[in-house]
Amino acid sequence: MIELQNVCRTFTVGDQQVAALRDINLRLDASEYISIMGPSGSGKSTLLNLLGLLDRPSSGTYLLDDGNVTDLSDEQQARVRREKIGFVFQSFHLVPRLTAAQNVELPMILAGIPAEERKSRVEVLMQNYGLSARADHRPDQLSGGQRQRVAIARATVMKPSVLLADEPTGNLDRHTGWEVLQLLEGLMERGITLVVVTHDAEIGARAKRQIHMLDGRILSDEREAPNKVPLPQAGEGLG
Amino acid sequence: MKLADTLQFASGSLRGNPTRTLLMMLAMSIGVAAVVVLTALGEGARLYVINQFSSLGSNLVIVLPGRTETAGIGPGMMSGQTPREISLDDAQALLRSRAVKRIAPLTIGSSNISRDALNREVVVLGSTSELLEVRHMAMGAGKFLPAGDIRESASVCVLGTKIKQEIFGNAQAVGQWVRLGDRRFRVVGVMSSQGESMGFNTDEIVIVPVASAHQLFNTSGLFRILVEAKSRDYIEQTKKDAEEIMFQRHSGEKDVTVITQDAVVATFDRILTALTMAVGGIAAISLAVAGVLIMNVMLIAVAQRVKEIGLLKALGAPGKQIRMLFFAEAALLSSVGSLAGLVLGYAGSMVIAHIYPSLPVSPPWWAVLAACGTALGTGILFSVWPARRAARLDPVAALAGR
Repeated sequence: MIELQNVCRTFTVGDQQVAALRDINLRLDASEYISIMGPSGSGKSTLLNLLGLLDRPSSGTYLLDDGNVTDLSDEQQARVRREKIGFVFQSFHLVPRLTAAQNVELPMILAGIPAEERKSRVEVLMQNYGLSARADHRPDQLSGGQRQRVAIARATVMKPSVLLADEPTGNLDRHTGWEVLQLLEGLMERGITLVVVTHDAEIGARAKRQIHMLDGRILSDEREAPNKVPLPQAGEGLG
Repeated sequence: MKLADTLQFASGSLRGNPTRTLLMMLAMSIGVAAVVVLTALGEGARLYVINQFSSLGSNLVIVLPGRTETAGIGPGMMSGQTPREISLDDAQALLRSRAVKRIAPLTIGSSNISRDALNREVVVLGSTSELLEVRHMAMGAGKFLPAGDIRESASVCVLGTKIKQEIFGNAQAVGQWVRLGDRRFRVVGVMSSQGESMGFNTDEIVIVPVASAHQLFNTSGLFRILVEAKSRDYIEQTKKDAEEIMFQRHSGEKDVTVITQDAVVATFDRILTALTMAVGGIAAISLAVAGVLIMNVMLIAVAQRVKEIGLLKALGAPGKQIRMLFFAEAALLSSVGSLAGLVLGYAGSMVIAHIYPSLPVSPPWWAVLAACGTALGTGILFSVWPARRAARLDPVAALAGR
């Protein structure tokens, strides 16, 4: 469970104060599927970075699983990121010199998990995501969809409670984009809170809860029955 | 993050950019190799000089005519006198000291040695039978000068091996006669080959009784008196006694210099050790330069890997861990670089030893330790700044590649 109370974030640009987030109050429950939409500059990425503890609010409070994480030290925040938060980026952010399996292994290395356990967990995940045959390939030998699946495997290998996806389909063609989205949505069955930032209304509409942002404020926060856009089956010729 | 994983990750990122890594290692290893080779040379020179001195004999006290004043001009120089010479009686008087084991007076000159038509210039050393023991010399054939009255000018001589070869070839020399200047001498022995010591090649001298040398050169003074103390503990006593005896015999004038071999060796030892450390230090500067190179390249690496650092932070690596990763890279670079440098340095030393076999070239252990320590130290020290810069990157900006 995530709660933001009166969160503001201002940046100093030159000698001007620019407010990226103004007085945000937000509560996300466990296993929710939230999409955040808005034009560029509306503050959606800043919000995502705050949720992911990559950035600190200028004022306000951030509660994660009933604990106040606003004023944690760098090391404590890193620990929270490691254990509770997974990131999926638009440009994948795979380490180019590491193989797919090594990329997935990376968070567990940082967490100091023993090598045997790392190996077995990576194997299971690669199998689940249909990447077993590509485990020893480097990112530049993988297709875009495969790269993003590796990135998702990496984001979930530590079994986080929140998964933050910033334009996860932005660099993919429509068809693979849908596949990746399907994969992400499947994670919710395991109780993960999924937050997807996008400017694509069609993708945003798939979430049960849709937040629209403008000028650093929440414009609307709607919970609705999911738009019944049928997921196209593989090979149906989309994109 | 476990240490083994940290090292593995660091070595992975080093291998990810082999050219950069190899160049940095090359710089590091050249620095270490320079320290090793230069100190090996310095140490070789030191050992060479010390060996030369100890081959002269042990527990030696040397008496030489003239007073060397460390404070400038001696009394003899003021009055225009030349120092009084040391006579054979003076030499024998030294035996009165109970600290003295034996003495060998030395007089030196050059003359012509000839046999039949063969003839060459030769250094003639006048001494006594004691010289063999005092100077640790060894015979190749025959006997050394006979013991007996120091004033007896027996017409016998001992040849250095090279002289013997030149005059007699492979023929038997002992028992034959040679002519030195205008006198005839019977060869009683030939020295074994000892090579050069202190610029004095014993293979190219002829040794005759001191009294004969005096007659040959028409002198009465001595060039040196080599005095051997009874043991190491008696060296100081010997020196004091020698000074006292010479003082009395020269009517209250201090006109001889008494030096101990130990003091001379110690001085050379100090000078050459200082020299070795100085060249080692100069070589160590190249290590500092290598350190700056490492810093420079690390800073570039931080800039190049900004996204990776941002990712590591997003995946839950605190700043401390990022710092450790960069330290580990620097430590790996420097340690592998120093190892390569050691190999290079030892190989270089072996090449030098091969070219100059008389020089005992071996890198001193302290220089090897210091070189590796400096390499590791500068490597890690100069990675502090890049590592801190990496650790302080703002993850949001880093992920965006800014």
